[in-house]
Amino acid sequence: MSYHLKTLTELRAGLASRAFSARELATCFLNRMATHDGALNSFITQTPEQALAAADLADKRLAAGEEGALLGIPYAHKDIFCTAGIRTTCASKMLGDWVAPYDATVHQKLNAAGAVMLGKTNMDEFAMGSSNENSAFGAVKNPWDHSAVPGGSSGGSAAAVAARLVPIATGTDTGGSIRQPAAYCGITGIRPTYGRVSRYGMIAYASSLDQGGVLATSAADCAVMLQVMAGHDPRDSTSANVPVPDYVAQLNQPLAGLRIGVPRQWFTSGLDVSVAARIDDALLELEALGATRVAIDLPDAELALAAYYLIAPAEASSNLSRFDGVRFGYRCANPRDLNDLYERSRSEGFGPEVQRRILIGTYALSAGYYDAFYVRAQRARRQISANFAAAFARCDVIAGPVAPTVAFNLGAHSSDPVTMYLEDIYTIPVNLAGLPGMSIPVGFAGTRPVGMQLIGSAFTEARLLAVAHHYQQHTDWHQRMPAAYREDAV
Amino acid sequence: MSLNATQLKHVAHLSRIALDEAKIPALVVDLNAILAFAEQLQDSRLDALAPMAHPWDQSQPLRADEVTESDAREALQRGAPAVERGLFLVPKVIE
Repeated sequence: MSYHLKTLTELRAGLASRAFSARELATCFLNRMATHDGALNSFITQTPEQALAAADLADKRLAAGEEGALLGIPYAHKDIFCTAGIRTTCASKMLGDWVAPYDATVHQKLNAAGAVMLGKTNMDEFAMGSSNENSAFGAVKNPWDHSAVPGGSSGGSAAAVAARLVPIATGTDTGGSIRQPAAYCGITGIRPTYGRVSRYGMIAYASSLDQGGVLATSAADCAVMLQVMAGHDPRDSTSANVPVPDYVAQLNQPLAGLRIGVPRQWFTSGLDVSVAARIDDALLELEALGATRVAIDLPDAELALAAYYLIAPAEASSNLSRFDGVRFGYRCANPRDLNDLYERSRSEGFGPEVQRRILIGTYALSAGYYDAFYVRAQRARRQISANFAAAFARCDVIAGPVAPTVAFNLGAHSSDPVTMYLEDIYTIPVNLAGLPGMSIPVGFAGTRPVGMQLIGSAFTEARLLAVAHHYQQHTDWHQRMPAAYREDAV
Repeated sequence: MSLNATQLKHVAHLSRIALDEAKIPALVVDLNAILAFAEQLQDSRLDALAPMAHPWDQSQPLRADEVTESDAREALQRGAPAVERGLFLVPKVIE
């Protein structure tokens, strides 16, 4: 039935008219997962039994005449969202078989909407990474080219959506972890404004930067999912008490008069020329649709990177102190004493990148270094935020690259952490300033997809989605999919 | 500012992470590469800026001082490595 080639709106219409059932839909995608995921490794846990039960429940609700944009729609969760009764690993040995005693708010909302979870996707351990190679459950492959990484940290969600194993998935973005894998896998992703989506039950990496969002095949599909996920949550003290607009209704708001700021500093020698060329093509397309391009300044990208790689580890070192081998998760065998229990449980339970970030973060927060590192990084964060405020005085939306290159090869950066960190140079400033950002596919460099980043001021997700939607109404990059995954699974 | 092996061991202890001696030299190199990158933070433009801890400089919201959670001890302890009679078990602390 080729359900995997349909948009969320088409799937929803088919369910509403009873052209097919939620069970048929779930079964089709579960079959695709069973056929294809052996090679991709995009899932840590597949949940066919629970999925079919949820699909049957959705079918009952549909039969009773209930409406809802996600009722009966299959999706996958990044394995960082807590799901009661189904393990939540964060791709770490530390939580290898841990089952959360409660649901994340995002999961509660998706459940209430009748969305059907098919499984939980692979990621970099505790969301720390830009390639999905830092997973205790193995690396994920890019469906466009199995020798390439899918990006990270939401690499499993991105690969699963790109291969159409699921129509849509959740992700989280602390420094680019939705936008960069979306770009590398040729799909559409949105990281909302900090505080737009509840962090309750979303395992914390860096609490002042983490934000949940969506990976999908189009901006219109992102709008449908974000509508359900967004909103104030009294259980998350950093959740924004700001009304959620109707994202779907605003998708068609006109582009006429829209000023698109293009940062001069982002189109320099550090950016791959074919990536730059595809983004220029996309900007020409947006100009043809009525937008105006304005050159803006957005300096200090490297300063932002330096600040991020102290602030995020500092917050991580504090957040991850809860994994002590006592209250949940992994415990080492035969501890000699309490200290040995803590130290060995943590060194055996955490992978190398997580340990590296905990060590850097602890150092940056320790006596004698706190002012020189952590406080300086927070001052830099103020500078980055001010740079965006100045830029948005001249434009409505900022457009540029998501990453300096297309997806790199597996293993290419694994020996040098700083080279890997440089992958995030265009995404990290957005997180420091707490802003919303998207990645949309705008073509290819060779066989690998190129993503364009769209950045808005706080709480302007509706405008970003509309800009992306207009572009996607006039181009078909978002409909391209890797040939090996096009056919129906048998 | 750079980190030597002795400082690394101190930080590892503060982090409660056991370090394999053989891995220390490579880790010192990695961490110093990150710290070298952080040298940019010495930029004098930053001196006058107030540290920013949160995107909206938000303060903690307050709520009424009411009990909102019920007792979930059993559910919470189900994921613990060692529990007995409702208590977390750890190696003997006091001799």
